[in-house]
Amino acid sequence: MFRPSHFAAVLVFALFASVVFGITQRDSPPRMLRYGMYCFALFTGSAILLSWVMFFIAR
Amino acid sequence: MATAPDKISPAVKETKQGFVYLPLIAGWLVPGAGHFLLGKWGRGVLLSVSILSMFSLGIAMQGRLYGGAHDILDMLGLAGDLGNGILYFVGRVAGWGVDQVQVTTADYGTRFIVVAGLLNVISAVDAHNLRTGRKA
Repeated sequence: MFRPSHFAAVLVFALFASVVFGITQRDSPPRMLRYGMYCFALFTGSAILLSWVMFFIAR
Repeated sequence: MATAPDKISPAVKETKQGFVYLPLIAGWLVPGAGHFLLGKWGRGVLLSVSILSMFSLGIAMQGRLYGGAHDILDMLGLAGDLGNGILYFVGRVAGWGVDQVQVTTADYGTRFIVVAGLLNVISAVDAHNLRTGRKA
């Protein structure tokens, strides 16, 4: 059984989703790579940001 | 309104014969198969690995495969799961994701499986767009 931490699950999710988004949403390989990295940064960045927001709301 | 014929790539023009929805259906049934049929090997491998990994990790996390639709959320989950194509049916036959497990990672796993299905639908539609020449 695979039991990742919440953040590890976010990273894995972001990686695979970004690969698919990059390939399907852009035409050329350089633009695919750039868009994939952009999606990965947005996925992980928004997860970190929302985690901090929820941390301060919970206090 | 007329379509612009110059936007269709030569590679796609060569494969214009045959059933136009074949890459869409193949891509839905087997992740990446639509791109393989069109000779887009690199893209097909990356899509296939991503979707298969996401589905497998979802199962490994003891995620649930939706079997029936009892309410609207189950219906949406089932629709997402069905996007996995053959993987979903293999999982159902093999009895994967049947048990209701009360651990946090099982909930992540259920989402991984649903999202793998949705990503597979996106990649199958992409294969169809490549086939019709809408995308290079």
